[in-house]
Amino acid sequence: MALVANLKKLSLALAAAGALTASAFAQAEDTIKVGVLHSLSGTMAISETTLKDTMLMLIDEQNKKGGLLGKKLEAVVVDPASNWPLFAEKARELIAKEKVAATFGCWTSVSRKSVLPVFEELDSLLFYPVQYEGEESSKNVFYTGAAPNQQAIPAVDYLMDQGVTRWVLAGTDYVYPRTTNKILEAYLKAKGVAADDILINYTPFGHSDWQSIVADIKKFGSAGKKTAVVSTINGDANVPFYKELGNQGIAATDIPVVAFSVGEEELSGIDTKPLVGHLAAWNYFMSVEDDANDAFIEAWQKFIGSDNRVTNDPMEAHYIGFNMWVKAVEKAGTTDPAAVGDALIGVAVPNLTGGYSAMMPNHHITKPVLIGEIQDDGQFQVVSKTSGLVAGDAWSDYLDGSKDLIADWRAPLACGNYNVKTAKCSGQNF
Amino acid sequence: MRFALLVLMLLPGLLSAAEIETGDPALDAAFAQIMDNDFDVKAQGVDALVASGHPKAVELLNGLQDGSLRRYTRTDRLVWAIDGDAGYAIRDVFSGEDLGVESSRKVRKLPINNTVRGRIDAALASLDLNSPDPARRLAAVGAMLAKPDPAAIPQLRTLLASETDPAVRALTEIALAVSRLGNSDADERLAAVDALAGRLEPTVRNALQATADHDADPAVREAAQHQLNLIQQQVDHYALLETLFFGLSAGSVLVLAAIGLAITFGVMGVINMAHGELIMLGAYTTYLIQQAMPSLPGVSLLLAIPAAFVVSGLAGIGIERGVIRFLYGRPLETLLATFGISLVLQQLVRTLISPQNVPVENPEFMSGLWQINPVLSLTYNRLYIFVFSLIVFAALFMVLKKTRLGLEVRAVAQNRAMARAMGVRSARVDALTFGLGSGIAGVAGVALSQLTNVGPNLGQSYIVDSFMVVVFGGVGNLWGTLVAGLSLGVANKILEPWSGAVLAKILVLVFIILFIQKRSRGLFPQKGRAAEG
Repeated sequence: MALVANLKKLSLALAAAGALTASAFAQAEDTIKVGVLHSLSGTMAISETTLKDTMLMLIDEQNKKGGLLGKKLEAVVVDPASNWPLFAEKARELIAKEKVAATFGCWTSVSRKSVLPVFEELDSLLFYPVQYEGEESSKNVFYTGAAPNQQAIPAVDYLMDQGVTRWVLAGTDYVYPRTTNKILEAYLKAKGVAADDILINYTPFGHSDWQSIVADIKKFGSAGKKTAVVSTINGDANVPFYKELGNQGIAATDIPVVAFSVGEEELSGIDTKPLVGHLAAWNYFMSVEDDANDAFIEAWQKFIGSDNRVTNDPMEAHYIGFNMWVKAVEKAGTTDPAAVGDALIGVAVPNLTGGYSAMMPNHHITKPVLIGEIQDDGQFQVVSKTSGLVAGDAWSDYLDGSKDLIADWRAPLACGNYNVKTAKCSGQNF
Repeated sequence: MRFALLVLMLLPGLLSAAEIETGDPALDAAFAQIMDNDFDVKAQGVDALVASGHPKAVELLNGLQDGSLRRYTRTDRLVWAIDGDAGYAIRDVFSGEDLGVESSRKVRKLPINNTVRGRIDAALASLDLNSPDPARRLAAVGAMLAKPDPAAIPQLRTLLASETDPAVRALTEIALAVSRLGNSDADERLAAVDALAGRLEPTVRNALQATADHDADPAVREAAQHQLNLIQQQVDHYALLETLFFGLSAGSVLVLAAIGLAITFGVMGVINMAHGELIMLGAYTTYLIQQAMPSLPGVSLLLAIPAAFVVSGLAGIGIERGVIRFLYGRPLETLLATFGISLVLQQLVRTLISPQNVPVENPEFMSGLWQINPVLSLTYNRLYIFVFSLIVFAALFMVLKKTRLGLEVRAVAQNRAMARAMGVRSARVDALTFGLGSGIAGVAGVALSQLTNVGPNLGQSYIVDSFMVVVFGGVGNLWGTLVAGLSLGVANKILEPWSGAVLAKILVLVFIILFIQKRSRGLFPQKGRAAEG
């Protein structure tokens, strides 16, 4: 079965690739090129391939509506193969050789950091759709995923509301969990949590032997205070982690785990019955009841040819980012990156949770924050939603050295890291 | 509260006052609360339902928990819903009237969150106190002890008055003693402290700690501290046992992964970089067999053991006959060729099955834990895999020591020319030995499929560890592999809490480098003529 499905996929992809090159020859001058920079092989392919398909769908739909500025859009798909330096090379290829008007791509922070100098040097636009650690605002990057204050902080607030007083911060050992945990630790301490009540733990990528860590969490949680785990564990290490939680009998009613990197796509391979009640914080869940969301899910399942495929938060971020770009291009009347970049600030488009998201001057967007509990069917049930939209904060208010910084790319400030105390822009590019 | 209100605004199809008629206004109110979308109100409804002593309370709460109790949106009434192909078959909760089959959009789940779920658990536990089954009464008292609630004390007293089962009595007395630590009479508190001697439950330890820190009477404080110290000694003792078990279980995974390599690399001297991929093939065999019989995960797992042995063994024989036999005595070329094979096998799986990880189910007997006492519990999957690795080791050992094949393998390994002179067909022995080592790798894959992700990269994460174990144990020695694997596992787990998982791994590697510098032939070096080979 799987074999047949894959052969089908392969032939589809080949046909698509053939169609792409053919169309590139046929109408080289009358199209606007859009770069898609997502890993289609290697460790990140699991998550990023879906985003590539999302972009193809969005571009396809826009073309059906008549394209943009009277021209058809054309996707240029490259494969940086989960190889961070290759991301930079492929980005250069997209901008310098293919002359794309904008690029949608990257997943891990390290890949974004790798392409950042290229986008700044060649002055092109990147839309980055994944929740990340913040502490960055580039003139050339638009961050449509959540900043820590749009995901981590509200999740911790929710758990505090539920009476949690003791915290385990568990993460994979790289920049996103380390920075997020640093922010969370500072935040918790500012809220009066004692250092004894915080346990921080890091594990390598792909960690599979969770027995002693889960046993430690269990011990830490048996001190008579309500305990929760804040998980920034990334990638497929989550599967054995949740399995071990289930095996050691840790139920969500005892020690809830709130995850920032586990969504519908990640759960689609796991039996979620033992996980019911564990939480995730995102800005979008597939289960949100909204007409725009229903239409999006229907279009996606039709485009991908399967009723079983799920939608997730980074897909919504691409949906928002792409529509913002389209609107800004229409507003500016050109695809020139500088003009579009200026026009983007203040643009508002509908999101999929029944509201509007707007691009802020710091190149982050406004989003609602949703907390969901895992259900036995692999979906999330929303148990909390912020009353309004939360604006993404590029520089955390809880870290020394970054709490005085603001980003505002409007003239006359036009700075990604303006220090309000010293009234200076540090001059670094991001 | 704020959040609950927001959820209320979020969910469409808000409830008006539900029309429920039980004849009892208090009960009607409870049902209306349960159907409310505000989680706090719903939790109150759960409590009210339990307090009412409704005969069907247990059934209703279980239904709320597992989602079979739903709201029928057409009439806004509670229904029992059974999932079927055409939709939900629904039946009215109060009238028992059969309402036919409805689509899932019309039969909405009553959402619950962790607060409500916890309240239902507690309510079911308190109802279980009256269960005729002593095991359930014991579990109920255990749950009440884990989450002490002053309101439950009268219930426990009533239970104690009529209880006949000694285990339940003992645990109930402990729960009552914990509550007596808050008594105003110092002698009562002192007696309670003594009653709690040697108990390992976290609640007891926390309560004693609080008494030792804050009690008004110095004698009580001292007694509590004394008992606490005694308990702590026991806890430390069990923690050591637990670490040892974790280490042995981590080590048994290493042994399983490495033992096939101990044959191909250790006995034959072939540096097989595709060893990890042979493990991966075993794991995928497990997956495919499970796909073929989805309803029997336990049977399919047992069937996968011989199947994986055959699949990986045949793959190994193919590799040996097709590539390696042309490269004997040329380790560098062997290394490169087998590395190439490993990439080919990975890509094969990506193309034929999926580039993504595949889900392998754990059968019932592989999940859950064996609770020895409140501070020591062993998970079944780790326990079985530890035993399994010992069985595999013993079986392989017997094959090498007791069978003709084993004799020939050892003969060829010690002196190929002499063995051939004695009539051993060395080419056939090479192929079979390699097949045996590869087959064992496949069996390891079956075990790993129960612990970790099954994906094309599975093998890569074990190849380095496997070589490490074989070299550390002493090339060519099976006992060395066993001892090395288990001791590396234990060392890792002793270091882990102290240094973190990342540093523990580095420290173990550094230790092995230093060790190999001193004793380049490993823990159990080969002696005699074989050592020269």
